[in-house]
Amino acid sequence: MARGKGLTMKTELAVIGAGPAGLCAAIEAAKNGVDVTLIDENRTAGGQLFKQIHRFFGSEEHLAGIRGFEIGDMLLEDAEKYGVKVLLDTVVWGLFPDLKLGLSDGKSVTIMEAQKIVVSTGASENSLSFTGWTLPNIMGAGAAQTMVNVQRVLPGEKVLIIGSGNVGLIVAFQLLQAGAEVVAVVEALPEVRGYQVHASKIVRMGIPILTNHTITRAEGDTRVRQAEIAQIDAQFKPLAGSETILDVDLICIAVGLRPLAELCWMAGMEFEYEPQLGGFVPLHDESMQSSIDGIWVAGDVAGIEEASSAMEEGRLAGVAAAVSLDKIERKLGGESMDQARLRLRALRLGPYGDNRQESKERIIQRYYAM
Amino acid sequence: MSVNGSSLIDRTNGIITLEEIRKYNGYPSEERFSKGPVPIIECIEEIPCNPCETVCNRNLIKVGTPITNCPRLIDPDGECTGCAQCIIICPGLAVFIVDKTFSTREASISLPYEELPLPEEGESIIGIDRTGRAVCEGHIHKVLRNRKFSHTNVVTIVIPKHFADDVRHFQRRDK
Amino acid sequence: MRIKEHPILGKLPEANEVTLVVDGKKIKAYEGEMISAALIASGIYTFRYTSKKKEPRGVFCAIGRCTDCVMEVNGRPNVRTCVTPVEDNMVINTQKGLGVWHGGRG
Repeated sequence: MARGKGLTMKTELAVIGAGPAGLCAAIEAAKNGVDVTLIDENRTAGGQLFKQIHRFFGSEEHLAGIRGFEIGDMLLEDAEKYGVKVLLDTVVWGLFPDLKLGLSDGKSVTIMEAQKIVVSTGASENSLSFTGWTLPNIMGAGAAQTMVNVQRVLPGEKVLIIGSGNVGLIVAFQLLQAGAEVVAVVEALPEVRGYQVHASKIVRMGIPILTNHTITRAEGDTRVRQAEIAQIDAQFKPLAGSETILDVDLICIAVGLRPLAELCWMAGMEFEYEPQLGGFVPLHDESMQSSIDGIWVAGDVAGIEEASSAMEEGRLAGVAAAVSLDKIERKLGGESMDQARLRLRALRLGPYGDNRQESKERIIQRYYAM
Repeated sequence: MSVNGSSLIDRTNGIITLEEIRKYNGYPSEERFSKGPVPIIECIEEIPCNPCETVCNRNLIKVGTPITNCPRLIDPDGECTGCAQCIIICPGLAVFIVDKTFSTREASISLPYEELPLPEEGESIIGIDRTGRAVCEGHIHKVLRNRKFSHTNVVTIVIPKHFADDVRHFQRRDK
Repeated sequence: MRIKEHPILGKLPEANEVTLVVDGKKIKAYEGEMISAALIASGIYTFRYTSKKKEPRGVFCAIGRCTDCVMEVNGRPNVRTCVTPVEDNMVINTQKGLGVWHGGRG
């Protein structure tokens, strides 16, 4: 891990964010001889992979059936094998259109000059406001997942989950695995949002999923102690008389994610609002090249999907960066990218994938219309 | 607003019903059940996923292309050996092996189990159906664990035969 | 509650015990834990009170992004407890409002 002298560092490819997308971008580029520096503000690499204790969907080429943290281990091994330089505990506080990055490790500030950059900074959880929502032990579903699977602490024993997307449904099961009782999953819409297999699994395990329901308030003192849920009408208004009080000591909010794209905004990228992808996403072409030449985007920052698609987008960006640095012959690089695109397309099939595929096609169209 | 999956699936409570399984996957005939263990894959949505197909070393499960096809069983002659690799690999924990030939009055259901504590062989249990309701009594016949299973254990429960199409979970009596 | 044995993650690895002083009271923690995890495992959920309405706050995102979990650590306020590992004899205080800097480095 080499640091430049004084205030500057140079690298051929800087990858911001060491989650699945960033790791795959770094690995593909490094495999082809690119000098890669992978930067993450956390103490460990892997992004959200290490809290994913469930098996991933997809096909063999997508590593289906393998648990998230096992994939995390595989990627970290590859990153080391191919000589990716990793800077942990390092915040990228600035990204500039002249391909410079501002770094800080808490002790000193460095300006990094990169020839190419991949932004793979991931996503953050959305929140939901309701009376009492700020009480301690009301947290994001991902937060509860981090606490049990990474920090090995169960924050509460009687849980209410708000939101029936895959995150809510998966976290419900994982809290069960950690020893909690999940009292209910409430969903404001009339239909369960996540996969039916995830939903039916938790229902047969005694966790009811209440559609057309929401939380109206939470009560407690130094932490949450009770929640009131109610049925709602088509205008999302609670129906009088349908209120139920639940004794809970943990409430998990699972109402979606949005891209963590501040660095992209800062660098001056063009964005588009795509609700299916979590909100504002940076425009990119079919190789993940953003509106700023020399900067690619990959993973949840370019639209909320899943770890499997993040990995493929990362590979696309990594190969594209390597091609632009003349480290892979253009035709060979093109073939590799085509294969990654096919694997990506396979993940965006079916009723769950169709919307995301449409959104991504729109993003690419808008990129070319700029 | 119909969200995802076939618009004909009931998505109001998350429960996959036997009727939906019969409709979208096909359900084995009683004739097939009379030949031995059968893998039942309770997966009725078009999700890109096919490890159940990949892992069966007798090629009894078909997804094909596109990989969003629902898995179907190609096993008219009763070739399933009950190796349970399909149970273990399914990311949705949606695969079960049902053996209605276990005994004259009983059937066995093998299912994935990823909780602690593990039940013990011989232990009394209550059979739970897909809605989470207790429907019968039974016992633990076998608990299969192996380092190669990556933490998915396979538990085989034995219950009265006429609940074999409904029971997909169990509760330990001491709980 | 610490999850000593988990069906997928296995046994919690052994770690050295450390002592934290939280609002003057000693609590046990283990090397490698984040402050927030150690406090919650000890039954402490409120980490600070807001400036105006004095409302209790604790962990929200658990990955160092939201700053809801900040406390005064070793004399320095606004320390994100969910991404700060425990150290032996760490002095941790419930933060009131924006906190007071006692000259510490955190």
